[in-house]
Amino acid sequence: MAKKKEEPIWIARELSKCSACRKCEIACSLAHEKCIWPEASRIRVFMLVPGLEFPHFCAQCEDYPCVEACSFKALSIDKKTGAVLVKNKKCTACGKCITACPGRIPHMHPTENYVVICDLCKGDPQCVKVCQEGKWNVLTKVPRRGSSFKLYARTPEELTRDLAAKLYGEQGEEYL
Amino acid sequence: MIKGYAGKLLEVNLSTGQIKTTAISDEVLKDYIGGRSLAAKILWDRLGSKWETVNPLEQENILLFLTGPLTGYYPGGRTCVSGKSPQSNGVIGSTVGGEFGVELRCAGYDGIIVTGESKKPVYLFIKDSDVEIRDAAHVWGKDAKQTVKILTKESRDLLAKRFPKYGAWREPAILYIGPAGENKVRTAVVAAKWTHAAGYGGYGAVMGSKKLKAVVVKGTGPLPETADIKKTKRLIQTVCGNVYENELWRRWGTGGGGYNFGAKTSSEPVRNWQDEWHDERSFGVDQFENRVWIKQYWSDFGCPTCCLKVAMVKTGEFKGALTDNPDYELQAYLGPNLGVFTPEGNVFLSSLIDDLGLCGIQTGNVLGFAAELFQRGILTKRDLDGIEPKWGDAKAFATLAKKIAYREGIGDVLAEGTYRAALKIGEMKKTDVLQYAVQAKGVGIGAHGIRSGKDYPESISYVCSVQGGDHTSTAGLPLDGPGSELWEIFNDSGVYCNFNSFGVPRQVKFNMYKAVTGLELTPEEWVKTKARRVLQLQRAMLLLGGPDLKWNPKKDDANPPRFYEPLPSGPCKGKTADKSKVEEDKKKYYEEAGWNKSGIPKPETLKKLGLEDVDKALKKIRI
Repeated sequence: MAKKKEEPIWIARELSKCSACRKCEIACSLAHEKCIWPEASRIRVFMLVPGLEFPHFCAQCEDYPCVEACSFKALSIDKKTGAVLVKNKKCTACGKCITACPGRIPHMHPTENYVVICDLCKGDPQCVKVCQEGKWNVLTKVPRRGSSFKLYARTPEELTRDLAAKLYGEQGEEYL
Repeated sequence: MIKGYAGKLLEVNLSTGQIKTTAISDEVLKDYIGGRSLAAKILWDRLGSKWETVNPLEQENILLFLTGPLTGYYPGGRTCVSGKSPQSNGVIGSTVGGEFGVELRCAGYDGIIVTGESKKPVYLFIKDSDVEIRDAAHVWGKDAKQTVKILTKESRDLLAKRFPKYGAWREPAILYIGPAGENKVRTAVVAAKWTHAAGYGGYGAVMGSKKLKAVVVKGTGPLPETADIKKTKRLIQTVCGNVYENELWRRWGTGGGGYNFGAKTSSEPVRNWQDEWHDERSFGVDQFENRVWIKQYWSDFGCPTCCLKVAMVKTGEFKGALTDNPDYELQAYLGPNLGVFTPEGNVFLSSLIDDLGLCGIQTGNVLGFAAELFQRGILTKRDLDGIEPKWGDAKAFATLAKKIAYREGIGDVLAEGTYRAALKIGEMKKTDVLQYAVQAKGVGIGAHGIRSGKDYPESISYVCSVQGGDHTSTAGLPLDGPGSELWEIFNDSGVYCNFNSFGVPRQVKFNMYKAVTGLELTPEEWVKTKARRVLQLQRAMLLLGGPDLKWNPKKDDANPPRFYEPLPSGPCKGKTADKSKVEEDKKKYYEEAGWNKSGIPKPETLKKLGLEDVDKALKKIRI
């Protein structure tokens, strides 16, 4: 039997169901840092307004503006998965990729001199695993088909506003 | 240094503005772990010699925010708030959910000691090793939702300005007080998010007395390093796996209790405990689920349970009310206990209580008490500033709750909590109203009655607890048995949520302690030595009490008189607590705890535990 061709992946997200348990951060930092380190996690749960929590992480824009913006060739695209990869040694922590990102998603490693971006765990994202295991299903691994991923690169403020409208209605404005 | 700890406490003197770090020796950490146990130790060491004279609401009191080695590791991290309690005049380890404990540990501290008092409102801002006392004039007087909104924005702006290249800053964790705490209401909470609270103890009033509006913390480091991260990870998985198997627990949280503890076990406060049974289907979990829960799975750091739910009323007279589930305790105390049997009325009251920074349990208790006095004609409409708290009238209770938070008129009396209010009203009316006060040692009793015998508390659960009416730390026999308060001390010292420990073998918790700290601790050693030391310390400070009240175990190691009235209706009609059984169990408990016939720890008990100084201090009250 012919081996099924591997496709790039994407993490679909149903943000309004996020319980804010932060298991994704725990799993991510355990995988990447070998310890529990919420601020070094490549996926971070924001709670700018209680009740409106959501995981904030790379959407792998179809035109990869962060990669384009890097003057030091520190960022590249993983052909297999579609993830943005950071070459830590080349990164100067200049912050250009953060400014280029429509969602201000990358952030600096809290103690090291490089930026951190979701690398999709080589195609086996640990955040998705724990989210599915707990049946929250906020995160789901899907084949990367279609072309509008950039829509999901939104700032924490924008996402909070969206969720406020959905969950709290007009009253949500009071808490923003 | 022991693994799993940041290795230092942050100490802030609000009178002088001095900020420093304080190390805790390995010996102390080995014996007292963290949280509640460490609180008892610190308070005893610093205030023990003058305990009776320390006014909980004046500057000599110490306010503690403590984590434990398991905070952030054991699923469902919490923070323990403590100090001399303005409710019991003893020490209560009051824990609150949220990310505060995790942020604090990631900032490099195991806890915070706050001493003195500020002249003007301030808040504490912590970003790793940068700590400042900041002006809080602009948030003083603000309710919960506004306080969180303003401080979240301000902190993020501050961080973005100081670290412009970092990327988007997340919100910090915030512990704060509402208007009730500012006004030193004894039923005020220390709150997190909008709806999480350290309620028991009344530490919101202590924060208010120190003019400390909030503590804001952002920690960017990892959690303190463990002795064995692989083992820790496996144990986290074990705890989560256990919870995942209990889907209804996750789906309903304690929100099923509002109906169940009334209809099924006859142990829910109804109209100030005049009954403990109801069969109001309008208060069923299905009604909450279908009408008001807009987010059904809501949790704090690392928690698989999601016992919290976000609730919002979208129609009718209470439209706009927004709070958590409410959990069972608030369902009961701001529901049936006030004759309210609809999710909407309950969410409305719970939302208001959150906004004011009041404790739903303690305030629901004192509101029910006032309503019964009104029902009996002891308190009149005139006494109550024109308010008529009729059972079921949520709006009347809301008006009364506001009076309490701002200490206006009758609210100033009720703001003292049920026991102290009963003494005042008794004096005012020249009649004994303590018989209607459902409390133990100044602490309103949690919403689990003992009369039916079908719920978890026992005859002496509240009688002998060192935390009075606290339903999360009840006394049980035998002292080494599964229902003992000593295991609760472990959870509160860990510091993590006991909701994630239901059904988890006890050994798992101790294995986790070892995986994180590298120290061997057996359940036997805990229950025979370490926990007992904490029990004695808490008991000693409770009995020393003062300055406004002192407890006499002969009189005050007691159930509220109401528990001896037969249940008036339902399947358990006629059931009541048994006085002779209570006396018998009390005697047994005293013996097992090493207390004398008057309930005071014996010299030999204390000496055996190395608490000679406690023995010395107790000489003055030992009869």
